Amino acid sequence: MKKATKKTAAEKRAKKTGLVKEKKARVLSALTGLGDQLYNQMTHRQFPWIQMPNRSIHNIQYDQKLRQYILGSKSVKRSARNIKHIRPLTQLVWTASFVDELRGQDRTSTLRDVFYSAQAYDMSFTDQTESDNIITDLETVIGHSREDFNVFPEERSSIFGNLVVEYTVPGYEGKKLNLSSHPDGMMIGPALTNAEFAECKADKVIVIEKGGLFTRFVEEKVHDKHKAILVHTAGQAPRATRSLIRRLNQELDLPVYIFCDADPWGMHIAMVIISGSANAAHLRDLNTPDAKWSGVWASDIVDYDLPSDKLTDLDIKRLYEFGKDPRYEGELWKREIETFLKVKKKAEQEAFSRYGLAYIVDEYLPAKLEAMESY
Amino acid sequence: MKAAEIFQEISPADFFYRNRDIAGFTNPTRAIYSTVRELVENSLDACEVHGIAPDIYLRISHESGPMDGPGVYRVRVADNGLGVPSKLIPSAFGQVLFGSKYKLRQTRGQFGLGGKMAILYGQITTHSEATIVSSTGATKIHDVRLRIDIQRNQPEKIKEVTHPNPDRWHGTIVEFSTEADYTRAMPKILDYLKETAIVAPYANLTFVDPRGRLYRFERATAQMPDAPKETTLHPHGVDVETMKRVIDVTQARSLQAFMKVHFQRVGDTIARRFLEHAGIAGKKNPKKLTNEEIVSLTNSMKNFEDFLPPDSSCLSPLGEELLRAGIEKELSPEYVEVYQRKPSAYSGFPFIVEVGAAYGGEIPNTGGIVLYRFANKIPLLFDEASDVSYKVVNSLVDWRHYKVLPDMPIAVFVHLCSTKVPYKTVGKEFIADRPDVEREILNAVREVARRLSVFLSRKHTIERQKKRLDVFEKFLPKIALFSTKLAGKEKEPDVKPLLKSVLKYEKGDEEDGG
Repeated sequence: MKKATKKTAAEKRAKKTGLVKEKKARVLSALTGLGDQLYNQMTHRQFPWIQMPNRSIHNIQYDQKLRQYILGSKSVKRSARNIKHIRPLTQLVWTASFVDELRGQDRTSTLRDVFYSAQAYDMSFTDQTESDNIITDLETVIGHSREDFNVFPEERSSIFGNLVVEYTVPGYEGKKLNLSSHPDGMMIGPALTNAEFAECKADKVIVIEKGGLFTRFVEEKVHDKHKAILVHTAGQAPRATRSLIRRLNQELDLPVYIFCDADPWGMHIAMVIISGSANAAHLRDLNTPDAKWSGVWASDIVDYDLPSDKLTDLDIKRLYEFGKDPRYEGELWKREIETFLKVKKKAEQEAFSRYGLAYIVDEYLPAKLEAMESY
Repeated sequence: MKAAEIFQEISPADFFYRNRDIAGFTNPTRAIYSTVRELVENSLDACEVHGIAPDIYLRISHESGPMDGPGVYRVRVADNGLGVPSKLIPSAFGQVLFGSKYKLRQTRGQFGLGGKMAILYGQITTHSEATIVSSTGATKIHDVRLRIDIQRNQPEKIKEVTHPNPDRWHGTIVEFSTEADYTRAMPKILDYLKETAIVAPYANLTFVDPRGRLYRFERATAQMPDAPKETTLHPHGVDVETMKRVIDVTQARSLQAFMKVHFQRVGDTIARRFLEHAGIAGKKNPKKLTNEEIVSLTNSMKNFEDFLPPDSSCLSPLGEELLRAGIEKELSPEYVEVYQRKPSAYSGFPFIVEVGAAYGGEIPNTGGIVLYRFANKIPLLFDEASDVSYKVVNSLVDWRHYKVLPDMPIAVFVHLCSTKVPYKTVGKEFIADRPDVEREILNAVREVARRLSVFLSRKHTIERQKKRLDVFEKFLPKIALFSTKLAGKEKEPDVKPLLKSVLKYEKGDEEDGG
């Protein structure tokens, strides 16, 4: 193992290495626990049942302390006694035993896989929506996200930067890779999600919505110039990506800056990374509360005189919705929402190209990073 | 009176020959169907009226001409009825409107017309004579060949032989050639025989068709319906003309006696109360009534409500038990409900409505209710949509109310017995929607529908319970299997006690619901 150049980073690693393994053990024991519970109920001649937090909209609330949505105190009981529950409960137990096997063998699967695998057990789901719902149930029961039990969605995003990871997946155990070894970036898939951080020479994370801009940043060597790890979300960040950003922030103590399009949808991409989504209210450790939305702001459209489009009715409706959303309480958010509504314009990240291809990297980014110190 | 005499000179045989359409002999297809029907019905009547369990043999064989169009066929019908005395054979089979049926009692045929029309049709289409073999169970069997002299309405005996009858056989065999399109008539003939088997479950029916195929409908019960008795008139069924005729022949010297003698179920008390109601003195001699008084008396009869319901002993309904036996034997349904209404009357003619409702078995799933109509034990196969029963079943009864869905295999059977079935036409294929008849049929159908709905909801409950249990049986073992795997245990928990408790719970549910 190479010696870390930064003392603080080395300390962190010493403290935090093995986190991935630890989590795996926790997930496995939660799954076994579920099995034990149902098994014991049945040996005691009880209809098996489980209780889990209610995920309905009425039970979702915003937690100021955690700075994310959480589920309230309401719970639902699902019992095999109830004819309407027995099928979903069976599906849940099957899914649990399926992912338990996956996790035990360090294999991964996709949501689509789960849907098809069920058919081998005469457990068919009506459609993928049903199987996805059952997986969300399982997340709620176990308290871990599906990526933690190795079920990944199809969507993939990527990462580039001076970070060495050590794989834990079968066949690659102990192997290391510097994430700057390929200029297109490395895909954030199951292997990377399950990798431990070995060595990090970066001092910040820059998250980018658009692929074109991500490539530009690599070409313009933002990772060197700004000692940054670049993460490309490809639109709304997948959960694995959100969880990786959180780990970069929490385990390596790296500040996170998010750059999206200057429109309500871009804003919300940043917000979900920072404060999570209502859909994932049953999960923890997916959001990065300290991450900063750094641009492109509505005020940037004005300040940089960016080429822009008019806000659509839908955009405006969305902005009004944000006004009632507790996640958008912060001063910066409120100010930008107001600005959007005032100028009634939106702009894409690529709009900076009007000042030359390098402008965004050479002028805008440094200015922004500096400015962010005060937020 | 001169004009009437001229009219009488036209023979009834001639009249029906000229108007054979109205008796159901429109074309070779319809003719063979009507021939079978008339002969089989005569045979059944010949047995039933005398309480003999019918054994009917029908054979149709091909003689000449094409099989796939009108050709010449030979029809033979044999029964084990009481037989016809040898003297009467020529008239009974060769003289139209001669017969044993001009009395007030329920029989299938009414005018002694149909059988002779069949013979007549055979004679005019093939120019051949009919053979009648009959014995009343005495020492001889009479074998008569005859034809009908159409213009004179007289039988023309061609040959008569007698055979010894050592076995004391009794019955009648009728055989003759006739023009027929059997192939086209076949479906209706088979339907007719099957439905006859439903409505006469005490009969053996055997049919050998022109291709030598044997159809056998075996009796399912030895029990016979009570034979119909002859009765006097019911006061509600009397019109002025009938009244005048009765007055003509009466021996009674007072209206009080007149009422008692000539009308059914009228005793001293009712006769006295009626005459008070009519405002005519009981002592009055009926022969001395004026025309106005006769009209007024007749009208009073119609609206006096305290007459007892018509005597139904002149009717011969099947009875619930036999109707059920017939339905079960021919359709093997999952469920049968039968119901006989109390005797009722329309225009003074007594009638009884018997209905059945059946579910499943061989009842086809037609997307609606299969209707079987019978009148005086005759299946009615044509013009269903014009029949009063059709109206009742298809528009007056709201089946949804009885939990009956269109896709259920359900049949409704309506049997109307009467001394005079209110047919709409001479063709005798559908019953008119007389309000009294319609009401009785409606009430009867509603009653069986009510009982059927109990069955249907019980069936529904059982099916639902079975479905429920199926769900538990499918999923509980899986939960056991997967949770055992998940918990890393060896032995699966036993789910049988849980499944048992599902059943108990179901039972409890039903009791609570009840």
